[in-house]
Amino acid sequence: MIWASWNDFWAMGGYGLYVWGSYAVVALGMLVEVWAAAQRHRQALQQVHEQLEEETDL
Amino acid sequence: MTLKLFHWAAPQTFYHLAGKLWKPFAVLAAALAAVGLYMGFFVAPTDFQQGEGYRIIFVHVPASWMSMVIYLAMAFWAFLGFTFNTRLSGMMTQALAPTGALFTFLSLWTGALWGKPMWGTWWVWDARLTSELILFFLYMGYIALTSAIEDPRRADKAGGLLALVGAVNVPIIYFSVTWWNTLHQGASVSVTKGSSMAQTMLWAMLLMALAFWAYTIAMALYRVRSIILERERHTRWAQELAA
Repeated sequence: MIWASWNDFWAMGGYGLYVWGSYAVVALGMLVEVWAAAQRHRQALQQVHEQLEEETDL
Repeated sequence: MTLKLFHWAAPQTFYHLAGKLWKPFAVLAAALAAVGLYMGFFVAPTDFQQGEGYRIIFVHVPASWMSMVIYLAMAFWAFLGFTFNTRLSGMMTQALAPTGALFTFLSLWTGALWGKPMWGTWWVWDARLTSELILFFLYMGYIALTSAIEDPRRADKAGGLLALVGAVNVPIIYFSVTWWNTLHQGASVSVTKGSSMAQTMLWAMLLMALAFWAYTIAMALYRVRSIILERERHTRWAQELAA
């Protein structure tokens, strides 16, 4: 085992801020992208709906 | 064979194909990342020079690779678009761009956080860092350009041209560390010389790279469906699907 304790793990030998600052932003970036993509898909479906309603009204 | 490919390139057919494919790739990405992170944090040993700080490599290198791979993939789709005039090509180019921009940003971000403790600076204007920053601007330029043009086919043409011309920057990024004297270190993995890393470190990095690759495919397939719907909203099949 590399780490003596969890504290040891989070400290990353003094590089904790840099290591976790990297991984946190990678995770955050991916979460935001996934959320934005899901949002865009909902909007796209909504657009098709509105188009359909517009055409049936005519 | 060719006919079959064109059959799948029809937006309606591809919508359903992408809908079936994105989930397995997302699951694959999560599984590969889980194993890769475990290897990276619990199996790979401490680096004799950089201590634990080197563990940034497991996201930095895969993100940087993907930033270049995605741009080349965009150039490839743009090339297909100009050659065969298929509508799907432009949609795929657009579907890839946000993920490419994200990985380029993450490459720069994790690079800064790695540079600070090891070089003593967040940023230097050396060839590797500067060309990667230019890549980020190319992605942003592509996204801005394509979203500024109303007509999708014209947006695809203009964007495709930028994707093709900008691809010249990718080999410049890749070879920058050998062509110029840079602060950035040389390649850790080389096709001709193999790897300079410990086996477990290398495995963790490759697993993370595969995870990012699967993530990219999942995201592009997911996003292309939204793009198809946005453009095909007048068609019967799309309206039946949304009804």
